[in-house]
Amino acid sequence: MVSVLATAQTFSLDGIAARPVRVEVDVHRGLPAFSVVGLPDAAVREARERVRAALVNCGFEFPLRRIVANLAPASLRKAGPGMDLAIAVALLTASAQLDLERLPRLALVGELALDGSVRPVPGVLAIAEAARERGVEAIVVPAENGPEAALAGEIGVIGLESLAQVAALASGDWAPQRPQPMPLRLSRGEGGPDLADLRGQRHLRYALEVTAAGGHSLLVVGPPGAGKSLAASRLPSILPPLVAAEALEVARIASACGRLDEAAPGGRPFRAPHHTVSPAGLVGGGNPPNPGEATLAHRGVLFLDELCEFRRDALEALRAPLETGWVAIARAGSWRHLPCRFMLIAAANPCPCGRGDADPECSCAPQAVRRYQARLSGALADRIDVLAAIRQPSAEEIGGPPGESSAAVRLRVSAARERQERRLGPGRSNAEMTPGEVRECALDEGAASLLADSYARRRLSGRAHDRVLRLAQTVADLAGSETIGREQMAQALQLRRRDQE
Amino acid sequence: MSEPRACPDCLRRSRLLAHLAPYIERVATGAPGSRSPELLRLSSESLAAAVAPKIAGQVLAQVAAVPEARLAADLLAAQCWACCRHDSRYPVGLRDAADAPWALIGRGDPALLERLEPEGTVTVVGARRASAYGREVARELGRELTAAGILVVSGLAFGIDACAHRGALDAGTTVAVLGCGADVAYPASHRSLWRRICERGLVVSELPPGTGAWRWTFPARNRIMAALAAMTVVVEAAQRSGSLITADLAADLGRDLGAVPGPVNSRGSAGANELLAGGACLVRDAQDVLDAMLGPGVRLAERAGPELEPKLLAALAAVERGGETCDAVAAQLDLSGAEAASALATLEALGYVSCSMVGAYSRTLLRAPGV
Repeated sequence: MVSVLATAQTFSLDGIAARPVRVEVDVHRGLPAFSVVGLPDAAVREARERVRAALVNCGFEFPLRRIVANLAPASLRKAGPGMDLAIAVALLTASAQLDLERLPRLALVGELALDGSVRPVPGVLAIAEAARERGVEAIVVPAENGPEAALAGEIGVIGLESLAQVAALASGDWAPQRPQPMPLRLSRGEGGPDLADLRGQRHLRYALEVTAAGGHSLLVVGPPGAGKSLAASRLPSILPPLVAAEALEVARIASACGRLDEAAPGGRPFRAPHHTVSPAGLVGGGNPPNPGEATLAHRGVLFLDELCEFRRDALEALRAPLETGWVAIARAGSWRHLPCRFMLIAAANPCPCGRGDADPECSCAPQAVRRYQARLSGALADRIDVLAAIRQPSAEEIGGPPGESSAAVRLRVSAARERQERRLGPGRSNAEMTPGEVRECALDEGAASLLADSYARRRLSGRAHDRVLRLAQTVADLAGSETIGREQMAQALQLRRRDQE
Repeated sequence: MSEPRACPDCLRRSRLLAHLAPYIERVATGAPGSRSPELLRLSSESLAAAVAPKIAGQVLAQVAAVPEARLAADLLAAQCWACCRHDSRYPVGLRDAADAPWALIGRGDPALLERLEPEGTVTVVGARRASAYGREVARELGRELTAAGILVVSGLAFGIDACAHRGALDAGTTVAVLGCGADVAYPASHRSLWRRICERGLVVSELPPGTGAWRWTFPARNRIMAALAAMTVVVEAAQRSGSLITADLAADLGRDLGAVPGPVNSRGSAGANELLAGGACLVRDAQDVLDAMLGPGVRLAERAGPELEPKLLAALAAVERGGETCDAVAAQLDLSGAEAASALATLEALGYVSCSMVGAYSRTLLRAPGV
């Protein structure tokens, strides 16, 4: 026997998608050596040491021959430790220590510890789904990832705790149980952050409700400590629950980013990146490209606290994704399309010291205030629909009764969303209305004259005109009205974000 | 009408000021603002000797050697013209001042020089760091006075000055007096305002084109503003404000002084309130200015807005009581967020309130009927 070849199927994570990788291990005579080829990254190359130790510590023999592991296709860059298990199994097969008859119909992922135990890896959900689509009979995953893999549906799942179990599997001594799929919760449910915690702040509550009902974006301006962050973190709780397919999408992204634990409460994600975040951190990037906060906030809420402190280039980068719902990252030799349909909430202080112009304690120089506020009309802020100015709540308000609960607001929001879907089509909201659809909004006489008045006073630009109509449509949907009335138009005019004069 | 003219000597004087600017800066900044107009009273020789004794002779010779053609060419290149104290079009008001500039270098419509008589001119000055209230008042004053045929003069600075100019441009024309060359838009962010004034009004300075701004040039500019108008109105000024220098200079020239009252607990209005306590004319609107300047009798058309229903009147009162945000109004009147929003938007559409880009509401000067 000159050389023996064995292959195993595995997957490499690429952004949030799984790419199939075939591991070919060749064992032949020669000086003892173990090399891994096929564009492995550092973590994959180090698999050699892990596989060697795991094999020995599980009672297998590490062949003292010349071993080459090739990861095909050779042109795809492979990243992460998830290929350890496949390399080990292929090596065992090639060195005739294992005869797993089903191997060609299996896919294997998992990281090996030196003692042979199998450690969890990110992205198992995406991998299991990719395996199902390729007609793989069963996927072998780390036991901890079993419930996640089971979410993929029509595919067998074998949860492995140790490499030693592979031998038991081959000999038929052990028949694994299919793990229960992990529960996917469509909303955060009771007990999470609730809008009732927001006391007073009637206008902000109303702005949040309209924002949620129309899928708009919101800018909250107010002094520090007035409740901006508190309100933003309550927005997911008043949005309609996810549908099952959306929840799966959210889980897939969280899993690929290794954040499934954080997403465990379920429901819509809420991401609040710090203002020092880089453009790559916000929309995704790096080489190979990784998803950013915008993608992690997919189907949920992205909260930018201290909007004026964010790096300008980071905000610029967020502009196109906000409009299209996709991030496109092009790198030499690779191209990624990451989903990011999120609702944007931003918060800012009214001036650098945070007290606001009218406060006699505010000591900001006029130029400084101007520069600060100019950042509120940047390219990203131009895409924000709603402005809510808030103030420090009074002692009575803070000590007063709790506000309306999330559940009650969510009912109205869901009803408004249903009206929109009936009019615009499934999954669409007023914020996404095309200019053509905006023209079709039905206005009654009072609303039309009020809008024309405001427009004539040059207080509205053309773009603001459409924005007001979208908002007015949402206000009307919340009120359950077929046409936009005068009252609703007035409310939309008040809610709109102002441009710098 | 022929172009205004300036004799070479007067133009050389303005060049001398530009040459000596850094030296004057060193001498004049000991006591902020106060000394520069006194220095400017001096003849060219004594001025040079006073601020830069070592190089006085050299600078004087250098300025004297500038050929006449060069002086004219520089003006032309900057699209400016000049009018010196020997020209008949030189503003009458400046002749009263001992330290008046020898020449005014201007950009814009020279025909406005004719209208620049103290009797028909009001100078509006105030804080750069102005409140929404001050801005609104300045803008309204600028607009109403201009509409009543008065020429509004100000200094193109941030805050009150810019608002007064903008208001005046809404209704007609305006005059800006700069502390730098007339062709220099300073502050730079007012470039578009400066350009609009150049096109529709008049920008003047005593410094030659291209001169930058120094600390001493602002009080020096203030003395020109004070002298040009029969009345100087201070809109918002803190205790140690440059606007008070203008007020002092105006009082020294025997001009009328007016001030707009501000909140007594606001530091930003302390200076203006003190002027009032000291006997300045109380200015609530353009009518008060007209009464003071032209005597009672000239009435502005009363500007009152449309009728308001009780709910809107209540919301308007809430804004007047200092309810800045929609939320504050809602809390004061115990309305829901939606009701308060609708009331405020209606008031804004009717012109009773205005809203800043950070969502802060302030009252405009539009009077509610029957209130």
